[in-house]
Amino acid sequence: MTDKLSKSQGTPAEGTVPMVRAQDVHKSFGHVEVLKGIDLEVKPGEVFCLIGPSGSGKSTFLRCINHLEKINAGRLYVDGELVGYRQQGDKLYELRDREVAMKRRDIGMVFQRFNLFPHMTAVENVMEAPVQVKGANRAQARERAMQLLERVGLADRAGHYPSQLSGGQQQRVAIARALAMDPKLMLFDEPTSALDPELVGDVLDVMRDLAESGMTMVVVTHEMGFAREVGDSLVFMDDGVVVESGHPRDVLTNPQHERTQSFLSKVL
Amino acid sequence: MTDIDKTAGPVDTPPAGAEAIKAIPVRHYGRYVSAVIAIALLVAIVYAFGQGRINWHAVPDYFFDDRILTGVGKTLLLTVLSMLIGIVGGIVLAVMRLSKNPVTSSIAWFYIWFFRGTPVLVQLFLWFNLGLVFEYINLMPFYKDYWSNFMTPLLTALLGLGLNEAAYMAEICRAGLLAVDEGQTEAAHALGMSHGKTLRRVVIPQAMRVIVPPTGNEVINMLKTTSLVAAVQYPELFRYAQDIGQNSGAPVEMYFLAAAWYLIMTSVLSVGQYYIERYYARGSSRQLPPTPWQKVRTNMLSLGRPKGGMA
Repeated sequence: MTDKLSKSQGTPAEGTVPMVRAQDVHKSFGHVEVLKGIDLEVKPGEVFCLIGPSGSGKSTFLRCINHLEKINAGRLYVDGELVGYRQQGDKLYELRDREVAMKRRDIGMVFQRFNLFPHMTAVENVMEAPVQVKGANRAQARERAMQLLERVGLADRAGHYPSQLSGGQQQRVAIARALAMDPKLMLFDEPTSALDPELVGDVLDVMRDLAESGMTMVVVTHEMGFAREVGDSLVFMDDGVVVESGHPRDVLTNPQHERTQSFLSKVL
Repeated sequence: MTDIDKTAGPVDTPPAGAEAIKAIPVRHYGRYVSAVIAIALLVAIVYAFGQGRINWHAVPDYFFDDRILTGVGKTLLLTVLSMLIGIVGGIVLAVMRLSKNPVTSSIAWFYIWFFRGTPVLVQLFLWFNLGLVFEYINLMPFYKDYWSNFMTPLLTALLGLGLNEAAYMAEICRAGLLAVDEGQTEAAHALGMSHGKTLRRVVIPQAMRVIVPPTGNEVINMLKTTSLVAAVQYPELFRYAQDIGQNSGAPVEMYFLAAAWYLIMTSVLSVGQYYIERYYARGSSRQLPPTPWQKVRTNMLSLGRPKGGMA
């Protein structure tokens, strides 16, 4: 495990620094290897879609990007910096909780089950991190939170508790909450999978809007339509490996690999 | 819940054209019989107490006696201070128990095992007599004295009740912390919140919903358990009531008096608990339950108006 961690080179490629760079990323839960060597690159400003059958490791990979899961081998960089570790010479030092928290400020995450704080109203949910983490002024944070709720079309629901909102509304509040930290990268973990079909559209609209504003997004999704229209790159994962990658239109309409073909024939 | 009485006919308006069912409801004779028996027993008991050689006038005579009021004050003081020790200790123990450090978590386990496993009265006597083990108490630069001088009845009572309570509160707090969905912690971490902030701002407020109701029970229990400390020479309500009873020749009457005071105090505490629970329920249900005052007000407003007939 450690020899694999120390063998990679570390200096990013010429030109722009990729927002996310994975090199031979491995992750196991106990004896089960969930990621078996993932290599990929997410360029700044691009919408990067991850698709694949459940259990293929796509959500796990997403959670590794902001260090909610620790990787066992390989290297993972966000904006040119190692995730969860600091490299000095040949040695890797685990980051302290405080340092990990510091890096997570720049990475927004949206969960399948929304995970809004149920004891706070919508606007309080959005204000919470700027006030508590960045030490922002409450009045200014509230004003900014209202702007963000406006942006996701929920300014009139600011005083509602999550239990008083529909799933689609909760997910849009969750997106606003993540945006309140002004992240440079947004991670979406199947953001529409827990929603009633008629509520999916509103959430996808907000995400499309976000993509047009130039946000770098990594999206684990089953919404092939969204991937085709909005995505810049697409990766098909199965059984812990990247099977096929390319432009969404190419992969979705003309899959090269047999496993991709059989998966797409089931979902499209 | 379906009401058995309504099974005979639906109360909803029948669909147009269908004939409404007008059936004679089932008579539940058993209910009448059991009600009559219960009332008869109640009357018999009240009559027996009224007939008994109990001097009921002694109860109002001593109800606001200075000693009784002092006792009430001390009982309340003891309850508040022991619960404070219990809650703070319980939180510390719960965090120790959930910590990844095997040493702290086993120490917490052992503490809970001991203090939950032995009767509180036995613990009180142990604290009182610990002078056999420690002759002196010696906090080097600050304080040095004989154990028996240091261990006043009040301190014995507080330690005995508080440390015992901490064991129970630890289990209540632990259950509360574990009841909060893991997604909440993840969401807070993903926003860049530290462990401490996540605990304070996200986990504990939600755990409180689970922690508050049993804690209310613990407070009420504690109020009653304080009567045990009469055994370690600390005078409180029960002890004063006993003293008055022996001096005035009305011992049983004073027990009734004490019981009445305990009832009054526990009733007041239950009302307080209701409001605290209501506060922590915010966000967990769509509509907060009305306060008793709000219930009274809506009932008053709806008086004299046909039900549901508001324009």
